Amino acid sequence: MKKLINSPATVLADALRGVEAAHPDVSVDYANRVVSRGADVKQGRVALISGGGSGHEPLHSGFVGLGMLDAACAGEVFTSPTPDQMLAATTAVDAGAGVLYIVKNYTGDVLNFEMAAELAAAEGIEVKSVLVADDVAVEDSTWTAGRRGTGTTVLVEKIAGAAAEEGRDLAAVHEIATRVSENGRSMGVALTSATVPAVGKPSFDLPDDEIEMGVGIHGEPGRKRVSLRPASEIAEELVSSILADLDFSGAPVIALLSGLGGTPLIELYLMYGEVAALLEQRGITVARALVGDYITSLDMAGCSLTLLRADEEMLRLWDAPVNTAALRWGV
Amino acid sequence: MRTLEDSRLTVDDLIAWLVRFDDEIVEQAGFLTELDSAIGDADHGTNMARGTAAVRVRLTETPSGDAGAVLKSVGMALVSTVGGASGSLYGTLFLEMAKSVGTASELDTAVFADAFRAGVAGVVARGRAEPGDKTMIDALQPSVEALSAAASDGVPLAESLQSAAAAAAAGRDATIPLVARKGRASYLGDRSADHLDPGATSAAILVQALADSHAERTR
Repeated sequence: MKKLINSPATVLADALRGVEAAHPDVSVDYANRVVSRGADVKQGRVALISGGGSGHEPLHSGFVGLGMLDAACAGEVFTSPTPDQMLAATTAVDAGAGVLYIVKNYTGDVLNFEMAAELAAAEGIEVKSVLVADDVAVEDSTWTAGRRGTGTTVLVEKIAGAAAEEGRDLAAVHEIATRVSENGRSMGVALTSATVPAVGKPSFDLPDDEIEMGVGIHGEPGRKRVSLRPASEIAEELVSSILADLDFSGAPVIALLSGLGGTPLIELYLMYGEVAALLEQRGITVARALVGDYITSLDMAGCSLTLLRADEEMLRLWDAPVNTAALRWGV
Repeated sequence: MRTLEDSRLTVDDLIAWLVRFDDEIVEQAGFLTELDSAIGDADHGTNMARGTAAVRVRLTETPSGDAGAVLKSVGMALVSTVGGASGSLYGTLFLEMAKSVGTASELDTAVFADAFRAGVAGVVARGRAEPGDKTMIDALQPSVEALSAAASDGVPLAESLQSAAAAAAAGRDATIPLVARKGRASYLGDRSADHLDPGATSAAILVQALADSHAERTR
């Protein structure tokens, strides 16, 4: 597998150097692998921190900046960051109003953020956490680690970030973050496996004529493996799985169609066209849409669809100014 | 001159244990990753090896304190270098053991058994996994029971550690038919059966490393 790397062991450190070089607005703590807003620690404002395994870029470091995250903790590829990193991020960005952790529901992330919250509490910093568990592909969540956290994370970071920017207190920012998390649903489809640099070969075998419906962002298995079919049929499966899980009627919807890292934008727009048509047929109003690579899985080909059952407040916060490497408007 | 009858673990014994653990993890990293690629995300060997290497550096390059200080430093090194669920769980194991032994400089079988029990209880609480969920608990819990039983029967330390290691190995092997209910393997559902659990495997290596390093030092 060909990759633009120097050595599998230095991928993360080398990539962080590029992040800092390209985006003078953020600062990188290399020892702790924390990307944070360079300036703008506004006293009294709630700070937002997220983090997770690397390989899902631009999530999370690409969303650090005005109107979104204050800091992102980067773990090794597909491996959760550690509590000491999270604590370093927490003490760096806390402005006296408390810190919200945005955590995707994977065992490693949950346990490490939990330890970090305990350490932060011991230092007198108030922390609340919101868990994102939006992947409808996981049906039997009683007997698993629960639903996985995927695309809704991007929407939580944007909307809660705008709420924090407005000066709301920690309880209020936590409340809207939780509301977004609870009203978002996602499902993905993989055409190929991702290849972890340190492993050097695809994480799973997927024959040329098959796709994995409901794949996770680390290549976790989905609902089923089926033969390759037209985009319209794949879109139908994604849309109907999500709509079967939550009633989206009568609410404005925010739609995110994200690539998984190895699929060109023309195919993502093609897929979004199919999704938009299916939603219209079902009488569902898309109020805002975002198409592109926002939560990826290294070089995996495929896409994920996220739908958020929004309300007027969420739309207003969605439209609020944001100035980050990967999301920028209104500034 | 130490003999097989020696009934206490010293700080140096603890350090020898963890150095041995690093040797074994390095040796078996490929195997652990292979197990993990079948039902997880193919990084358990790599992640553990990064952690045990850091533990080795910390223990061999900085002066050691009492048993509690050594175990705490092991826990912190694992938490901050392994990452993922394993880092937090292995870290918790050692941090809870450290709290249990406090400032002791030598641990007899009963004190060590109590510390091990406290450590494993910490892992259970942190990971919210129960025996049978196909996790490291399936190796650790039977190992704790074997060690406690040996301690209360007055079995010599060396023998007690061997029975703890044997119980961990049996618990590890018993994970093969299980369907995972915790961690990333749980997403496979029934497809997680017929595989050895990587976490239970590294946990069995940990206990075996203690029995082996102790046997070697008292030979």
